Amino acid sequence: MSSLTFTVADSRTMLRRNLKHQLRYPSLTLMLAGMPVVFLLLFVFVFGGQLGSGLGGSSVPHANRSAYLAYVVPGILAMTVASAALGTAISVATDMTGGIIDRFRTMAIARAAVLTGHVIGSLLQTLAVLVVVVGVAVGLGFRSTASPLAWLGVAAVLGFFAFALIWLSTALGLVAKSVETASNTPMFLTLLPFLSSGFVPTNTLPIGLREFAEYQPFTPVIQTVRALLTGDPLGNHAIVAVAWSAGIALVSYLWSVRLYNRRRAATVS
Amino acid sequence: MTSSNVPAISARAVRKSFGEHVVLDGVDLSVAEGTIFSLLGPNGAGKTTMVRILSTLIRADAGEVRVGGHDVAKDPDAVRALIGVTGQFSAVDNYLTGAENLQLMADLRHFGRDAGRRRVAELLERFELSDAAAKPLSTYSGGMRRRLDLAMTLVGDPRVIFLDEPTSGLDPRNRRTMWQIIRELATDGVTVFLTTQYLEEADRLADQIAVVDRGQIVAEGTPAELKRRISGGHIELHFSDVNDLRAAASLFDNAAPDLDQLTLQVPDNGGVASLRQVLADLDNARVEIEKLSIHTPDLDDVFFAVTGRTSSKADAQEALKR
Repeated sequence: MSSLTFTVADSRTMLRRNLKHQLRYPSLTLMLAGMPVVFLLLFVFVFGGQLGSGLGGSSVPHANRSAYLAYVVPGILAMTVASAALGTAISVATDMTGGIIDRFRTMAIARAAVLTGHVIGSLLQTLAVLVVVVGVAVGLGFRSTASPLAWLGVAAVLGFFAFALIWLSTALGLVAKSVETASNTPMFLTLLPFLSSGFVPTNTLPIGLREFAEYQPFTPVIQTVRALLTGDPLGNHAIVAVAWSAGIALVSYLWSVRLYNRRRAATVS
Repeated sequence: MTSSNVPAISARAVRKSFGEHVVLDGVDLSVAEGTIFSLLGPNGAGKTTMVRILSTLIRADAGEVRVGGHDVAKDPDAVRALIGVTGQFSAVDNYLTGAENLQLMADLRHFGRDAGRRRVAELLERFELSDAAAKPLSTYSGGMRRRLDLAMTLVGDPRVIFLDEPTSGLDPRNRRTMWQIIRELATDGVTVFLTTQYLEEADRLADQIAVVDRGQIVAEGTPAELKRRISGGHIELHFSDVNDLRAAASLFDNAAPDLDQLTLQVPDNGGVASLRQVLADLDNARVEIEKLSIHTPDLDDVFFAVTGRTSSKADAQEALKR
């Protein structure tokens, strides 16, 4: 076998291990899915009637609520991606602080395999959680006129963004000294959707916050998903979203590999 | 692969520091293929660091280290293909079952599907884990985990095995099982490098022992050679009366009386005959003893013999330095 075949085979083994962990201990996956679902229910049923009227809606609370549901789903989906990435940091840190990582390091395993297994495993987990959240939204009455191709576009944009945040979360899991730290540091990711176009249009925000919301990576992702679901023109949102994702993924990947290789040298007896 | 002239493991002038703390201070050692080598020393002597360097986990600051003829710094993957490592802390996947842990190793060693399954079943059988194979590790006892850990190390049929304190924390029965397994490995021609704090363990298993203290090898030899340097074995006699103690002290050469504790240490080789002789001598002189205890040589005695300090003192000094 060539070294590429080894890398693929070892990465598949590590992916299988990761998926087995997820299946055997589904509580983490449920927790990751739980947060966006709770926020979806909260924002639609508690705030939705009022917030929907601000979207230029009608005097009927029910109509406002379903208008707000249509508005908030892309934001919730972006939040789902951020929430799921949290799980990566936890599982990477759990691995790195356990004894098994030293065993892997004394074996002739393709170097990339351990991290690749985590990243692809988390990506599949994120996609599964996204399907659950979309299911809940549809259950609440969310409807889209989007074509299958547009849905595919939604999956691609969210999937690529998830890929980027998962690599970022991998780095945060590697840099953390303990599992507790690793479960806290990526929290800021789940707050960013609130400071974007996810829950209210950015033009309702005060100066300063508005600029931040418009230029941070969640907004173009959310705007792209929203345009694809409603059939509105895409503008340059998709390109900006892809550029952000590619940038975050590249920087985080390089950071992760550096951290992973350096740990080897820094481990104290 | 290695020819029989090349040592399975060799280290020359190995140094390693963590910050200001010098952990290994010029270690040389050589282990012949198919033998059991034991690195014996107290906590903090540098044993684990040595294992981590030999098993490619960390790099030495200076010196040359070869395993199976390959330089660990220049060609770590060639070394990794030859070795198996069982560290001090369990290196098992707690979220998988015993069989899945072994299967994971078989997959990473690129066994085919059938060959992998056969190897897993074989090891489960050999390590008496077949019944628990499909159970999660949370149900495993400490001894079972340790056996699984070693079984995982053996999946790829390594030619050189590193065992870092393989029996620490095990009960006597599990310790015996582990010793048996280690002996079998050597019989199969595997080179075993093991660290331990127990002289008894090194004595029972090793062909060659190196005593390490503060990052330096302070003594090296076969168990018999090392034990010849130890004068620590003795019988301790307790008296209720200081006159009995004085009388007894005059009976034996090199006896060390302690007038405060009313005890007398009589040098002894640990045999039944010499014990019988001591008791007979006491009887003949009509000296009453209150009780006696037998002290067999341990790591402290080896330490005292080669360094003039006890290892616990060495530990205390290390602790003060930190």
